[in-house]
Amino acid sequence: MKSCRTIFRSLRDALKSVVRNFSLSLASVTCITITLVIIASAILISDNVKNFTREIERDVTVVAFLDSEADETVRENFELSIKKNTNIETFTFKSKEEVKEDMIKENETFSKVISSWDKDSNPLMDTYTIKVHDVDKIADTASQIKSIAGVNSVQYGEGLVEKLVGVFDAVEKITFIAAGALIVVTIFLIINTIKLTIFSRKREIGIMRLVGASNGRIKLPFVIEGIILGMIGSIVPILAVIFGYSTLYDYFGGVLFSPVIKLVKPMPSVVNTSLIILVIGMLVGMIGSARAVRKYVKV
Amino acid sequence: MFVLEKDIERKKEIINMKNVYKTYPNGVGALFDLNLSVYLGEFVFIIGGSGSGKSTLIKMLYREERPTRGEIILGGVNVGKLRNSKVYKLRRLIGVVFQDYKLLPKLTVYENVAFALDVTGVDSKTIRKKVIDVLDKVGLKHKAKEYPDTLSGGEQQRVAIARAVVNHPKILICDEPTGNLDPKISMEIMEILDKINKEYKTTILMVTHDIDIVKKMKKRVIVLKEGRMIKDYKEGKFVDEKL
Repeated sequence: MKSCRTIFRSLRDALKSVVRNFSLSLASVTCITITLVIIASAILISDNVKNFTREIERDVTVVAFLDSEADETVRENFELSIKKNTNIETFTFKSKEEVKEDMIKENETFSKVISSWDKDSNPLMDTYTIKVHDVDKIADTASQIKSIAGVNSVQYGEGLVEKLVGVFDAVEKITFIAAGALIVVTIFLIINTIKLTIFSRKREIGIMRLVGASNGRIKLPFVIEGIILGMIGSIVPILAVIFGYSTLYDYFGGVLFSPVIKLVKPMPSVVNTSLIILVIGMLVGMIGSARAVRKYVKV
Repeated sequence: MFVLEKDIERKKEIINMKNVYKTYPNGVGALFDLNLSVYLGEFVFIIGGSGSGKSTLIKMLYREERPTRGEIILGGVNVGKLRNSKVYKLRRLIGVVFQDYKLLPKLTVYENVAFALDVTGVDSKTIRKKVIDVLDKVGLKHKAKEYPDTLSGGEQQRVAIARAVVNHPKILICDEPTGNLDPKISMEIMEILDKINKEYKTTILMVTHDIDIVKKMKKRVIVLKEGRMIKDYKEGKFVDEKL
């Protein structure tokens, strides 16, 4: 009961202090807002980059072309070998006849020429289309497949996939490093705000100590004040995430520049991002104020 | 460990200072080999000139300062060995009144007194009852809703006293409470302190320069000079002293 009272009264004091030191509170809230808007953007960019990478990765396959003289035994050996490879998710076989049929369907101009190929004159090769688990290891997997007996050549869009994945990784890392740096700056700003609040309430703290207020009772209102500042600071970023991203999504029709780059759907992404923003705001406020209290409130 | 109130009553001796020395970090010695016993319900004046160690003595009692050497037992607590995180428990046994009142200007008289109970976790109903009682005791019930800056110096000091005794501390430490007041008002304050001493059985230690007050009150008087206790007059024995 007593601890409930302490928490309730600390909350009351913290709210009073936020209002009483309005200009200081406003400065902190503004900083938190700016930081959280950038962090929210970073999270949404990262989500979209991840989504885009996933989409691309889903479409990336390794195609293995078998030697033209490859027979049933070669294929069985090949299948046994790739089943042992842990990075291979699925594989499908297409005989050169099936490949021929596909090509006839795809290209009307050459369909007549291709149709004239009989079983012996068909220059195409039997193929295996292979999906991998981890695209980062695709080059290794491709070279392992190429070394299997009976494999003529292997294709997987060499270079392009690695470059795209690399660029996306870099974008994601940079956004998070920037967000991290901003969090640190904001924590310092909160420390400063709470420090000024502590100084402005020095007399009150002195009397609290004198009349026997516990250390927790003296410190708690400041920590709660930091959390409240963090929560207030997260209001605008949350609204920006919910309404801004949804508007942007509708405006671009769910894709960015080309249908290849699909945007992440607003729901549930905006809710998750909003929750993350709220938690980060509260944590930043709490860490900042706790540090200020530890440093400047002498009990 | 903190002793129960009953234990304090039984022991009677509420403050015991044994061979207490205090030297500040800058090397200045403030107190030397101080031995003092104060009993429950006593009213004790501590007098002495500037630099005699009066303020240091009372600061050590409420653990604003630690003794450099020696032992201070207050209400069964070894004050010098008390950890910082536990000091608040000691301070709930003590009320402190200062010359400059130390009131919060943005709070009303009622709120200033209630503040002491509010921050120690007392429930609202008890706060209301205790604050009204103590304001009545110091004669300021009718000014409960006023702010400190609308009150006279004497009234402000009465608010400070009310705040210091609202939780019925065992000891009330007064650091020159009449220092800013004229003789008439000073005597009014002394009457209130005397009433608290008698009715609440609160032990009072009062530091003062005002020899007239000391003479009139006829209480136990301790005289400090250059950090040493030079005289300890029993109740009613004090005649005069040149500070």
